[in-house]
Amino acid sequence: MPEPLTAPLVVEFPFTRSLGPVQSAFLTGLRERTVLGVRTTDGQVLVPPVEYDPRTAEEIRDLVEVAATGTVTTWAWNPAPRRGQPLRTPFAWALVRLDGADTALLHALDAPGPDAVRTGMRVRVRWALERTGAITDIACFEPHDDEATEPTERAATAHASSPGVFADPVTAVTTPARLDYTYSPGRAQTRYLTALAGRRTVGERCPACRKVYVPPRGACPTCGVATDEEVEVGPRGTVTTYCVVNIKAKGLDIEVPYVYAHIALDGADLALHGRIAGIPYDRVRMGLRVEPVWTEGARYPDHYRPADEPDADYDTYKELL
Amino acid sequence: MTREPVAVVGIGQTRHAAARRDVSIAGLVREAARRALDDAALTWSDIDAVVIGKAPDFFEGVMTPEHYLADALGAVGKPLLRVHTAGSVGGSTALVAADLVTARVHRTVLTLAFEKQSESNAMWGLSLPVPFQQPLLAGAGGFFAPHVRAYMRRTGAPDGVGSLVAYKDRRNALKNPYAHLHEHDITLEKVRSSPMLWDPIRYSETCPSSDGACAMVLTDRAGAARAPYPPAWLHGGAMRSEPTLFAGKDFVSPRAGKDCAADVYRQAGITDPRREIDAVEMYVPFSWYEPMWLENLGFAAEGEGWKLTEAGVTELDGDLPVNPSGGVLSTNPIGASGMLRFAEAALQVRGRAGEHQVADARKALGHAYGGGAQFFSMWLVAAEPPTT
Amino acid sequence: MTHAARNVAIVAFAQSAHRRRTDGLSEVETLMPVLHDALGHVGLTARDIDFTCSGSSDYLAGRAFSFTMALDGVGAWPPITESHVETDGAWALYEAWVKILTGAADTALVYAYGTSSAGDVRDVLTRQLDPYYLAPLWPDPVALAALQARALIDAGETDEQALAAVAARNRAAGPQGAAHRPRAAGDYVVAPLRARDCPPIGDGAAAVVLAAGDTARRLHDRPAWIRGIDHRVETHALGVRDLTDSPSTRLAATRAGAFDAPVDTAELHAPFTSQEIVLRKALRLGDGVTVNPSGGALAANPVMATGLIRLGEAAARIHRGASDRALAHATAGPCLQQNLVAVLEGETR
Repeated sequence: MPEPLTAPLVVEFPFTRSLGPVQSAFLTGLRERTVLGVRTTDGQVLVPPVEYDPRTAEEIRDLVEVAATGTVTTWAWNPAPRRGQPLRTPFAWALVRLDGADTALLHALDAPGPDAVRTGMRVRVRWALERTGAITDIACFEPHDDEATEPTERAATAHASSPGVFADPVTAVTTPARLDYTYSPGRAQTRYLTALAGRRTVGERCPACRKVYVPPRGACPTCGVATDEEVEVGPRGTVTTYCVVNIKAKGLDIEVPYVYAHIALDGADLALHGRIAGIPYDRVRMGLRVEPVWTEGARYPDHYRPADEPDADYDTYKELL
Repeated sequence: MTREPVAVVGIGQTRHAAARRDVSIAGLVREAARRALDDAALTWSDIDAVVIGKAPDFFEGVMTPEHYLADALGAVGKPLLRVHTAGSVGGSTALVAADLVTARVHRTVLTLAFEKQSESNAMWGLSLPVPFQQPLLAGAGGFFAPHVRAYMRRTGAPDGVGSLVAYKDRRNALKNPYAHLHEHDITLEKVRSSPMLWDPIRYSETCPSSDGACAMVLTDRAGAARAPYPPAWLHGGAMRSEPTLFAGKDFVSPRAGKDCAADVYRQAGITDPRREIDAVEMYVPFSWYEPMWLENLGFAAEGEGWKLTEAGVTELDGDLPVNPSGGVLSTNPIGASGMLRFAEAALQVRGRAGEHQVADARKALGHAYGGGAQFFSMWLVAAEPPTT
Repeated sequence: MTHAARNVAIVAFAQSAHRRRTDGLSEVETLMPVLHDALGHVGLTARDIDFTCSGSSDYLAGRAFSFTMALDGVGAWPPITESHVETDGAWALYEAWVKILTGAADTALVYAYGTSSAGDVRDVLTRQLDPYYLAPLWPDPVALAALQARALIDAGETDEQALAAVAARNRAAGPQGAAHRPRAAGDYVVAPLRARDCPPIGDGAAAVVLAAGDTARRLHDRPAWIRGIDHRVETHALGVRDLTDSPSTRLAATRAGAFDAPVDTAELHAPFTSQEIVLRKALRLGDGVTVNPSGGALAANPVMATGLIRLGEAAARIHRGASDRALAHATAGPCLQQNLVAVLEGETR
């Protein structure tokens, strides 16, 4: 049996996130080196602020400024920073209750080592040099040697300066995310792909219903049992149905118009898909008999072209539609 | 053992748009939830449990977003259940919520579905490259167009039927203030002359990609008695699944869809759906699926669905109005699209559909489907409570 | 407590041999033998089942709609009544339990699978967090659990020695494979958590069969009756929560009737040693209770199946007469954000 195939799979996208009113104010505030919280109906100040009271779900909009200094409520030492994390050198993760807030914010704390960190220690925000209106505008926290500012006093001063109102507010952030996977198509697909490398299309027969699956997927989907008997199918087949593609699909370098078809290879009990060429697109029809055209180094046939034989009768393939 | 009757007493949806840049994900779902609560004259604290659905997490790039959304949905201290059954998920989610009431596990349940597709890109989310697999050579419509051609071949339907559906649905959407597409200058000629993207599917016959959410409050008899507006009563609900691809699969009229409809009709005591059902909200992502589903759901004999469309039966003032809201062709936040069908069906029998109200609608069907035409969920709602 | 109108029991449980990697198997190839195994225990086939429900995650697999192909392993033909939750399979079991209570089904097949090895699960799970304030910092699950562990140590609820004892007991109990044997303390992954405090990363699948009333009695000599089951969620904001407690677990346990009578066994879904401390407290488990005889999540952790396995392991103990009343717990979300508790009983002998 061939060695099971695997391949890297990268899932990556720069997500664009519109912020809504409260998050917009908070992240714009960070850009301006100001930390905002939001006051709940029972008077608690949440930092970071959200649009709703976490306990009652009621809408809250009463923004207040809090200090850029605070107290560590719990922490954890991260000896090996990972991709995307705020610091590249070992750091502490910390929940920090900023002065004037009743809840804690998660971020990194830059400290020389775990011995320099303790619950209850005082810290302050280290602002990023370039700030765009994102949580990473806080580069991290750093140790800060002072006495706690009285929360009530802070909140009072904050009220005076209409918090949350900024020129040119940030309304959206872009958050790129990349995840790396190793994809395993499985043993049945490995057998199929290995045969395909030799330009042979090998399906598998279900021991219960006797249908031939191409490509085999490890199970007969109607019987729920493994397919195991290999059956070579094709190379010729019949176009069961198709469409004419007039719009360029992203990332596909094929001149339009072209025909995308479902093709039932001889001996297979369901159709696979492929492109039809070697014939004007408007002459492709259901029932057309076709054969694969390979190009050097490709895993799949580049396309299928008309085979020199009469069209198949509708009744011979209507069950494969 | 008796089953508790289920009433829909609150319905809310967002304004839908290609990109709702004015709200966060939480803000989007709360807009729908708040409207559903207001409709039911309830507050967050009246809700016993929350059931939430959406399509792939990759669309927003948030894994199990219900965890982040727990606070926004008033779910803290309550049960919160997440459903994902591909495109049918909006419908399945509502049915899971209904089961909680039927089984008397909870009395009043908030159910919600959403998609904020503008956070990424729907085509990216739907077609993440999978190693070793042959790429789909045709974009979104290319998956569906060959099945439409198979339908046309099988039934002899004339070319123009798809355009009729799109023209109807887009006009219906003009009467629905929440719809994404409001094409005020739409004409049949414009639809017919729109570019042929994936022959036989034209541009105007395809669905948009939307940001949006839909929410409903489901409750028991006692809850219905307290509701300020007439409820919609659940008379039947079912889900059916079949494999993605298999030898003998009928993509034109999948058996799972037929079986699902038959189950719903049996529960609701419907023997002649064409006569007994007053309005249908069905999941039509490409216009040709209207005649296909008319047959699959038993409103027309095999091969006859397009004749109903062609004769104007499915128009808003026809005798079987289909998608009076404008349907998926006018609004498509994928994960919420199924729940919108269920909710719009309920709005009809509550007499609260506004300008797109079907006169005297007493029984309505909501329909959702997804995957490779493999997952189906449907419910039948009525103005009167069930008798058994 | 939820007053169930029907009695529902777990009558069969099966799981795969848990591995670091599934040796090149696809998800359906991993899952299908487990389905056959569970159904085989009670002499059923998928066609005898009234309702099927599964739990899995696209983010773990790295592919959208990954669950649709797993359905191939069921043999969903003729079409079946089926649903899916995008979370741990324990919640699929909950959905199936509700379905049986409605009277629309007498039997249900519940399955879950996770291929945690496909991606880097520490990176993947960061995507579960608030996308505006947390996810951009990539705080991984070990980091979050370590914050919780530190809070517990600060509060005097535990210390590193006690955590080591939790690790040793669970790993010693683990049934299979080299990954499950007790291992050396290891370095700090994120202090105060060492390698021994963290779950193994692995692939696997599990399946459970549920049945109602007389059907359950027909299928099993000693069904594991679900006397109560409930789940609750708490706020997502870690800085709002008291990380040393799990009020959602306690509330779910209360609603499930866990405190109405003592349990003899508890299967806890605690991926980190420190989380077992939190759960023991929330559930008021005394020394007389056998905790995680299976080895728990510290012995095998196929994410998205681990919670369902707790329900299955507790039921299996009742099936073989090793327990009369067992508690099973499942969790989802960061730092035990969401918790499910079920109480299972065997009939008095």
